[in-house]
Amino acid sequence: MLTIGQGLIDAMVAHARADHPDEACGVIAGPAGLDRPERFIPMVNAARSPTFYEFDSMDLLRLYREMDARDEEPVVVYHSHTATEAYPSRTDISYASEPNAHYVLVSTREPGTEEIRSFRIVDGVVTEEEVSIVPALHH
Amino acid sequence: MAVEVSIPTILRTYTGGAKGVEASGATLKAVIDDLEASHPGIAERLLDDAGLRRFVNVYLNDEDVRFLSGLDTEVSDGDSLTILPAVAGGSR
Repeated sequence: MLTIGQGLIDAMVAHARADHPDEACGVIAGPAGLDRPERFIPMVNAARSPTFYEFDSMDLLRLYREMDARDEEPVVVYHSHTATEAYPSRTDISYASEPNAHYVLVSTREPGTEEIRSFRIVDGVVTEEEVSIVPALHH
Repeated sequence: MAVEVSIPTILRTYTGGAKGVEASGATLKAVIDDLEASHPGIAERLLDDAGLRRFVNVYLNDEDVRFLSGLDTEVSDGDSLTILPAVAGGSR
């Protein structure tokens, strides 16, 4: 199960809408070992494509160095599908390389509404999981 | 040349869970051969018939080796190598 704040869901959706029709991608980092997504990190899709995403290799290095320095790990790896359903494709599955992450797919194929689903992808096996959205705290 | 290699989560099954291991070699290719000798199976995750796998990034200190000399990149004593699988995917 992915437990995640409403604000983070809204942030992923806004990013996906902003980049549509290109795929949007990013990470939500959290403290190592706690499975708690906290810090939203939208990334540039270096492929700038409606059917493919890839983090630029230097952006990737900076991201991982920064998470390491903060004792964080990538809790969520998200990306959008702009014309297909929010389900991992064959390429999503082949390239999934964070066995402990929740892979969140946002589909922006319908205007005005998004599909958001979350999956574990380990050793080529996809398992869908429930998304439990925690309301945003008001300060 | 003795180097420190940082191993991503997905490859730690080859290193008994270690996130950093030592290896030696004069070039990246030689270091990978040395890694393979201590951690069998790891080379296949990094290399294919054409060389370094397209969706595996290797950095020598702060530079992506693709912008250096790829597998022929020379390595010096005390260098760090970082391996990070690409974060990528698509609609198909």
